[in-house]
Amino acid sequence: MTRLALGLVVLGLTLAPARAQTLVADLTSHLIAITTGFTGTDVVLFGAIDGDGDVVVVVRGPETPVEVRRKERTLGIWLNRADMTFAEVPGFYSIASTKPIAQLAKPEVLERYHIGLEHLALVPVDPGDEIEQFRQALVRNKQREGLFPTTTGSVSFVGSRLFRTTVSFPANVPTGSYQVWVYLIRNGQVQGAQTTPLLVSPLGLSADIVDFAYRRALAYGLIAVAIAALAGWLSSVVFRRVS
Amino acid sequence: MQVYLPIAEMSVNALTILVLGGIVGFLSGLFGVGGGFLMTPLLIFIGVPPAVAVGTQSNQLVGASVSGVIGHWRRGNVDFRMGLVLLVGGLVGSVIGVWLFSVLRRIGQIDLVISLLYVILLGTVGGLMLAESVRAMMRQRRKAGVRRKLHQHIWLHGLPFKMRFHKSRLYISALVPVAIGVLGGIAVAVLGVGGGFFMVPAMIYLIGMPTAVVPGTSLFQIIFTTAVVTVLQAVTNHTVDGMLAVLLLAGGVVGVQFGTRFGSGLRGEQMRALLALLVVGVCIKLFVDLVLPPDDFYSIVVPSQT
Repeated sequence: MTRLALGLVVLGLTLAPARAQTLVADLTSHLIAITTGFTGTDVVLFGAIDGDGDVVVVVRGPETPVEVRRKERTLGIWLNRADMTFAEVPGFYSIASTKPIAQLAKPEVLERYHIGLEHLALVPVDPGDEIEQFRQALVRNKQREGLFPTTTGSVSFVGSRLFRTTVSFPANVPTGSYQVWVYLIRNGQVQGAQTTPLLVSPLGLSADIVDFAYRRALAYGLIAVAIAALAGWLSSVVFRRVS
Repeated sequence: MQVYLPIAEMSVNALTILVLGGIVGFLSGLFGVGGGFLMTPLLIFIGVPPAVAVGTQSNQLVGASVSGVIGHWRRGNVDFRMGLVLLVGGLVGSVIGVWLFSVLRRIGQIDLVISLLYVILLGTVGGLMLAESVRAMMRQRRKAGVRRKLHQHIWLHGLPFKMRFHKSRLYISALVPVAIGVLGGIAVAVLGVGGGFFMVPAMIYLIGMPTAVVPGTSLFQIIFTTAVVTVLQAVTNHTVDGMLAVLLLAGGVVGVQFGTRFGSGLRGEQMRALLALLVVGVCIKLFVDLVLPPDDFYSIVVPSQT
């Protein structure tokens, strides 16, 4: 992914060699802290472009393999009979733009930059016959979980050069390193691209719990059992007092 | 109030979890079943990843069963000797179960085996209990006051290694409770539940224990099996969510006290009939899910988490 990211940045710069600063953008915050009261959050992205054009903002979460399973009816029972694993599926994918992306560039261009859900590169580990069905099922399931927002957000211009947009993250957003891509599209071509990192990370009590659970798993398990046993004993003592 | 669950990586309403824990705790205290067979599907239903649901609720069961055992012990309704014998079998069974689980996973149909096992086990156990308890209620109505035999002696009880269980007023072969413990242990490892829904009827009908001491003894045994499972889950899969467990516990330990109290006011066959109805209900729900076409034929999983 980093290699791909680097390649795109280089590509974006070489497309506009005369004006290296065709596009600047930044986030109001580069860290989404997941605390105990986390219920999802919004991050504002703002920036400026040099001259006219349209802006597309793509947010991609950390990639993991995902297995898609299909149920089929066998002897009257619905069983998982077929599956396909996709290698690098972003844990989160959202898009915002000044105009509907279909009006901005040809599908080939959008395909090259993975702009839009239908142009997202999802590559199966073992390509089978029905890639398209499994691919659609993957996107549909992710959308049901709210991790591939179905609506295209809007990027609004403030004046002629400044723009801003709000990216919404749901409560079940996966933790890890995110990439925020900002593209400048002019005359159906990508004229500039910029990437900004964003970290989604547990903080405070929830971070401590995660850290403890992974680093000292045995102690964590024993303490969990001890707390449970203590709580059980306490409640029975309290209840005897009450009655 | 929304609370973020760090291991499950999602946000839930704390009140929902408290109420859920309370209801399952109540049933747990009432029947002596851990309630795992109810809690796991409920947690998955509200969006908790299945692995985290199984790992965390075993932790919660430790607390609920400790609370329940103390409640039953005060009323003198725990046969510790029987519990220990069952536990020996249980530990052996869970080792076999862990091995069986890995074999089934290699074959690739673990989900189906779990669902089918649930349907078969719950259906058989629930159906038999329901039929028996209804018969018992009708018999009692017809000839009230006639003293029944303490328990039926079956050929199983004549096997070697006879032991005396004072609390249960039994003198039977220790092989029977050990064997039941082994089966319960396998259920714990393969199905990720305490095994109470299966142990309780086995203790009543196969061992012939008095109904009054069954819930306490079953819970006593469940404390240890669920504690072992919790530690194993925490070490191997990191699927015990501390935050979720605390919320479930807070609801559960209160619920279980009410359950124990309410249960001592019920007659044995009424209690058995209620448990049977519950078990049959869950069985029908699972069966319908297997047979009805799903909303979406496709589902997604992250391979490392299953």
